[in-house]
Amino acid sequence: MRADAADRAEPASNKYLVVLIAWAIPGAGHLWLGRRQKGITFLVALTAMFATGLWLEGRIFPLGFDLSQPLVGLAAIADLGIGIPYFVAKLMGQGAGRVVAITYEYGNAFAIVAGLLNMLVVLDAWDVAEGRK
Amino acid sequence: MTSHLGLMVVFALFVSTVFASLMRDEPGDQLRFGARLFAGFVGAGIVIGWLLYPLPL
Repeated sequence: MRADAADRAEPASNKYLVVLIAWAIPGAGHLWLGRRQKGITFLVALTAMFATGLWLEGRIFPLGFDLSQPLVGLAAIADLGIGIPYFVAKLMGQGAGRVVAITYEYGNAFAIVAGLLNMLVVLDAWDVAEGRK
Repeated sequence: MTSHLGLMVVFALFVSTVFASLMRDEPGDQLRFGARLFAGFVGAGIVIGWLLYPLPL
């Protein structure tokens, strides 16, 4: 729902910082901007969705520029959309992916979509910071 | 959990939760919109699944 002009907030002065924080920690941009309910919802839902992807033995795709496997690169970019949880999972040795697991493809879908949804959340945080919502 | 239907329901729950929060501002509106999205995702998944059932793979 679009906010009325009178309801719109003043543009935040540190919009780029908001975007960085929103990407790094799902929901943190909205929390920073005072949208507590939305921020907590994004934090819980997106983190849980990414964790579910790992639990289902999905793979965290490595960043690289192997032109012979362009879909792997795209999947890595989508995975990276979740922000810091991507790196935390890597550091913890998670996300190796077990191809023979029956849930492997499901796990990939959960992790990839969590990253893509967080990209939408970042765009929404940008709109809020701009005073458009 | 390895049930395709169960995982689809969990997936739909996450996606509809995020979309409802993104697209609606009031908690009541979010709940109603999220419930409709969730029902749409699950219903469409089941219908498309049955439509694809006769196809050979």
